[in-house]
Amino acid sequence: MKSLVFLEHYHGALEKGGLGVLGKAASLGEAAGVVLGEGAADVASAAGAFGAAKVYVCDSPELSSPLPQPRVDALATLVGETSPDAVLFGASVLSADVASGLAARLDAGLNWDLTDLSVKDGELVGARPALGDTVIVDVGWKGSPKLGMIRSGALDPVESGGSAEVEPFETTFSDFSTLATLVEQTQEESSGPSIEDADIIVAGGRGLGSPEGFTIIEELAAALGGAVGATRAVVDAGWYPYATQVGQTGKTVSPRLYIACGISGAIQHKVGMQGSGTIVAINKDPNAPIFDFCDIGVVGDLHQIVPKLTELVRSRG
Amino acid sequence: MKIAVCVKQVPDATVHKRIDPTTKRLDRSGETALNPTDLNAVEEALRIKEAHGGEVVLVSLGPQKALDALRKALAMGADRAVLVADDAAPGSDLLGTARALAGALEREAADLVLFGQSSGDGDGAVLWAAVADRLRRPVISQVASLTAEGGSVTGKRQTEHGYDVITAPLPAVIAVSDAINEPRYPSLKGIMGAKTKPQETLALADVGVDAGAAGEAGAKTVVLELGSPPSRGDQVKIEDDGSAAQKVLDLVVERKLL
Repeated sequence: MKSLVFLEHYHGALEKGGLGVLGKAASLGEAAGVVLGEGAADVASAAGAFGAAKVYVCDSPELSSPLPQPRVDALATLVGETSPDAVLFGASVLSADVASGLAARLDAGLNWDLTDLSVKDGELVGARPALGDTVIVDVGWKGSPKLGMIRSGALDPVESGGSAEVEPFETTFSDFSTLATLVEQTQEESSGPSIEDADIIVAGGRGLGSPEGFTIIEELAAALGGAVGATRAVVDAGWYPYATQVGQTGKTVSPRLYIACGISGAIQHKVGMQGSGTIVAINKDPNAPIFDFCDIGVVGDLHQIVPKLTELVRSRG
Repeated sequence: MKIAVCVKQVPDATVHKRIDPTTKRLDRSGETALNPTDLNAVEEALRIKEAHGGEVVLVSLGPQKALDALRKALAMGADRAVLVADDAAPGSDLLGTARALAGALEREAADLVLFGQSSGDGDGAVLWAAVADRLRRPVISQVASLTAEGGSVTGKRQTEHGYDVITAPLPAVIAVSDAINEPRYPSLKGIMGAKTKPQETLALADVGVDAGAAGEAGAKTVVLELGSPPSRGDQVKIEDDGSAAQKVLDLVVERKLL
């Protein structure tokens, strides 16, 4: 099987998600990487150590902003020139839009949220958890290229020590692909103690009701000697700092105890915390998806339960 | 401004979801609801209409009974609904769904097409980019704040590294995040009026899609086999009767986590 793996880069380094997918693709056959945008040529060769025999690069000015549609044009060109059996992506905000746009452009099947890839009887097969991860579905493709997007954090990069040949390519852009433009980009620096190293995390979501709701989360975290985490929804709403966000666009954490308060358990959050040792969920909605993958589930009012729990922890001394 | 909102009927959150072992598709026979995050897209459309005037049209692909779910968005204030319902449509994957929606959207020629953040049934969060490619329009996704004026849209969105502000000329396709707004509740008047609002049902042929290009026939992805994932082990469920905090603490201490 011949794969092309889309590799994102940021601040002069290749992103882990794509490199993890690259390692898996290399274990299944011949794997090439593709790196797009400003500085692509400088970072591309690093993919050799993670399984790429070849890395295609294109740094046209149209690709300098992290926008999906010009990337669809570039990948469609490259697929036309190199005819891979599969085009694979590590899930990210950017990759999801690139993969979906490419599927439409090439009339190619896209399976997403995959946690693994294998080859059975010569055909690519993806493992896809469904229904709150209560079922694992084996999925396949008709025709090629086969487009697959791998869940964030599902495949870790493996250093194999190889080296890659870097090959530039040219592309043209569709008239509509360059209409969207980036006008501003703010990079959030992580400040304060990192939640990635915390043994215990108490996290809050929209169920807290207001930014002030985080007070009881902070108090419980302090009593437990843990850190505070937040969901994307509350960070986007400005209730809590970006640096504390757990999830696909935030941090991936694996504390021994994770207490989720007022968090529904959307996939975006889940992929950032499902590796935690013991997950306690407190939510008033008995149908919240988080109850499908927690260890201790409490249906009730967090505004009653959390302060009480804080008192009990404190009184243990 | 004419705004089209793509919405979907999904199994209600209270229904225990299952995959039909014969068809290997989600069993959609039980209670249904409007996909929860679509409400954010409907709300945003209504706010833009309230600020600038215009029309809000719902566009959906699904069975005829999906009109029941669409009525909730009509009750919120959307003006009319267009449903593509066809016997050849079930089993559509991303490609067939994007074709059908793009076909219906071409007919509407809306200035702005809005999507919600994800589908509650299939955990899909990609459809807008495929639809935008078919429509040959710019797309901005995961938008947490949106302004639409003067022939363009500007959206702010969160990425893995911070925030991007992206602008695009109309017509454009936008997918909003669930952080963008709090959807309103339909008023009694809205609920009463919803049934009489225009609700149009179209076949795939009406939106220029061959039956063979949608449904299972047009799908390029297949479900091969269903299996069970490794279990997380025994799960404890507690209904709070005032003693939940104590029970949680006892369990956590018992497991030597403190």
